[in-house]
Amino acid sequence: MTTEGLVRPDGPAKLTGAARYAADVPAESALAAALVSATVPNGRLAELDAAEARDCPGVAAVLTRADLPTLAELPSPPLGYPALPLQAEEIHYEGEPIAIVLAETLEQAQYAASRVRATYTGVREPIAFGEAEDVVPHSGHVLGGTDEEKGDAGAGLAEAHVTVTATYTTADRHHSPIEPSATLAWWEGEQLVLHSSVQSVAVAQQTMAALFSLPPEHVRVVCPFTGGGFGAKGYVWPHLPLAAAAAKVSGRPVRLVMTRAQMFTLSGHQPATRQTVSLGATRDGRLTALRHDSVNASGRAVDYLENTTHSSTWLYASPAIETRMRVQRVDRPGPTPMRAPHEGPGMFALESAMDELAYELGIDPVELRLRNEPDVDPMTGLPFSSRRLVECLREGAERFGWAERSPEPRSMREGNDLVGWGVAAATMDTFRAPSSAKVRIGADGRIVVETGMQEIGTGLPAMVQAVVAETLGCDPGDVEVRHGDSGFPPHAGTMGSMSAMGLGSAVQAAAREVLAKLDGRQGQPLAGLLAESGLTELEAEGRWSPEEDALAAGRSARYSMHTYGAIFAEVRVDADFGVVRLSRAVTRYAAGRILNPLAAHSQLTGGFAWGYGQALLEHSDVDPVLGRFVSKNLAGYLLPANADLPDLDAAFVEDDDRFANPLGAKGIGELGAVGVAAAIANAVFHATGRRVRNLPIRLATVLSEP
Amino acid sequence: MNQDTRLSLTVNGEEREIEIDPRATLVDALRDRVGLTGTKKGCDRGECGACTVLVDGRRVLSCLTLAVTVGGAEITTIEGLAGEDGEPHPVQRAFLESDAFQCGFCTPGQVLSAVGCIAEGHAGSPDEIREWMSGNLCRCAAYPQIVAAVSKAAVR
Repeated sequence: MTTEGLVRPDGPAKLTGAARYAADVPAESALAAALVSATVPNGRLAELDAAEARDCPGVAAVLTRADLPTLAELPSPPLGYPALPLQAEEIHYEGEPIAIVLAETLEQAQYAASRVRATYTGVREPIAFGEAEDVVPHSGHVLGGTDEEKGDAGAGLAEAHVTVTATYTTADRHHSPIEPSATLAWWEGEQLVLHSSVQSVAVAQQTMAALFSLPPEHVRVVCPFTGGGFGAKGYVWPHLPLAAAAAKVSGRPVRLVMTRAQMFTLSGHQPATRQTVSLGATRDGRLTALRHDSVNASGRAVDYLENTTHSSTWLYASPAIETRMRVQRVDRPGPTPMRAPHEGPGMFALESAMDELAYELGIDPVELRLRNEPDVDPMTGLPFSSRRLVECLREGAERFGWAERSPEPRSMREGNDLVGWGVAAATMDTFRAPSSAKVRIGADGRIVVETGMQEIGTGLPAMVQAVVAETLGCDPGDVEVRHGDSGFPPHAGTMGSMSAMGLGSAVQAAAREVLAKLDGRQGQPLAGLLAESGLTELEAEGRWSPEEDALAAGRSARYSMHTYGAIFAEVRVDADFGVVRLSRAVTRYAAGRILNPLAAHSQLTGGFAWGYGQALLEHSDVDPVLGRFVSKNLAGYLLPANADLPDLDAAFVEDDDRFANPLGAKGIGELGAVGVAAAIANAVFHATGRRVRNLPIRLATVLSEP
Repeated sequence: MNQDTRLSLTVNGEEREIEIDPRATLVDALRDRVGLTGTKKGCDRGECGACTVLVDGRRVLSCLTLAVTVGGAEITTIEGLAGEDGEPHPVQRAFLESDAFQCGFCTPGQVLSAVGCIAEGHAGSPDEIREWMSGNLCRCAAYPQIVAAVSKAAVR
């Protein structure tokens, strides 16, 4: 394997239009589907008048609740929202589908959908985030304890020489993959075939089988390519069951492609959080207490916990740590994990508070972090499996030229630009999940790997080539990777930054099995070995799972196992108008062994852009009267564009974590999005003297009195 | 409202006669009637650029273009960019080498936009490329690599 890394084997297909995404799959006689959605956030459907729609040209059917089969009840996860549409008269959230129009063409379906009239009853004023009670979540995406405690945080704060306490908020945000979710469904007798845009064909297969009371082998899910997901396609959202149900009722294939507006309500979002952090420290900058409280918005019928405070339990040494998380059940569609979940919003609060503490103490913010580097996990006392945060901070600071920083706010003006330098640490939990893969060697020595994994942009086909090449000693180009079919060996899913560990280890195991069966050594020509063994073909399946005593989501019970990084950002703030521009950034990461440096670098710079969006652009407002997201489009909900980002100096420090998995790799998909918002907000403080505690950073805040 | 109309299009150098709903946009006509699904629909409102194609050499958003308005025009989609011998276009080659794509969904639009950007003479510097490629959103944010790829292809 070269240090430069492998170009993507999926590149030619993607660059010529040959790559088939879910909505691209041809199907003779498929009906086009269009959804009719509820325009109220609660209440019940009183009447649905579909007469005019049914008479529109080309319309095959308008399906309402009465037409659809009753589906089994399942929790979230695996469902995105536990109440599926068209199963009851109750409206759970604005945007919930209430009818499906099927027509010969998309134009006909969309027009007819606009002619369906609905009336509602029992609609009450929506309850917004901030107006509901903070409650302990009891189901849904929770992943562990909500309250953690060590030592006496109250006493630690009381005896501190310096304390800071502040409240931070993060905004409602939307994943907005450029590919809208889509499903093409048809039935072959009792066999259901789904071409769907998902982050896990395995989760989709199992969940759809359960919903339709079928054995899993009666459901085939195909998804070689996913046009971005970022969490929006991880759990099972309504397009899958609705397309399948419509296909069953109509007896024809049904193609259901979400509109961009529907993506804002029917594929989850990252919910707004409100977090309060209190830090106590001695005069020389040693923490005496760390307290982190958080509440996030969730839906009325679903508890989604953003898990914002977890990283506060392992990042800094402190004799007392206290964390607490709650949710508010409010009127809105269901939230779901979004790049980066948990630490993404959580680290904005912690790393902003650390900057505030650095200023209170008069200690350099890099130095403050170094002084609180723990020897063991501060909450659990477990050893770190690998932890290179100090190296990230030191290398990043060196590269950025941090030593030249003049600490005083507003002290680095250049012309009309207020220049600010900010730093923040990044960290991400290490989730792990089982995976499997099949390696087949042909008589000509050609190697085929099959895996249920779908290529979603993270570069897994090249990673698989790299692992096979490293294990067998062959050329990466000799390896063909087939992926994204529930008929292939299952992979848990391209989510949670888990795939390199699980799939990579499974592929390595399969490749080693090949060598063992051939009694061969790495680097020996495979065609020759096969001939010597008298075989024309050889197949081996490899599996990998986290160790048996692993905790929920594959977290280690024996080690404090995480990834780390350091973000250094320079902003230029227009002194008159408050416009914030990011002018340069240096990032350094420790995330285990890097299997394909080329794609890994793109993952980290891409992740950085997510943090940039969180810092400066992305927020979705909920209308307080209508209880709906106001801008369900990409003109009102802003994503980072090319001109937003400067050149980024991103790199990895040496790391290797054999406790995480045999490859020594860890997850990189989400880490890049963490810490960026805090680094930028800290830079804005350094530039302007304005402490921004509410994301995104807005002109009005920057221009306001400090 | 629903009377299909006959339309002649030249797509990737090939003349096509299709029956089309007058409400159909160019992106839907290409995907559903011509069968070329390389052109992607990301937002259907001209916000993301995923549906970018070349119409008479100019980059346009095919989701904001009614198909019936481009009768007789020369349309180039991602499927028609490679040379006749299948040799990749210099922009396609540069995107592959620079890792200028990830999930690949915005990529056909990025590539055609890059061809337009270079033809317009807007690829003179990284800053100029960033500005003139900002109509094409990439949620994976392969932006730095896209700038590198367009710079590289512009020189070729």
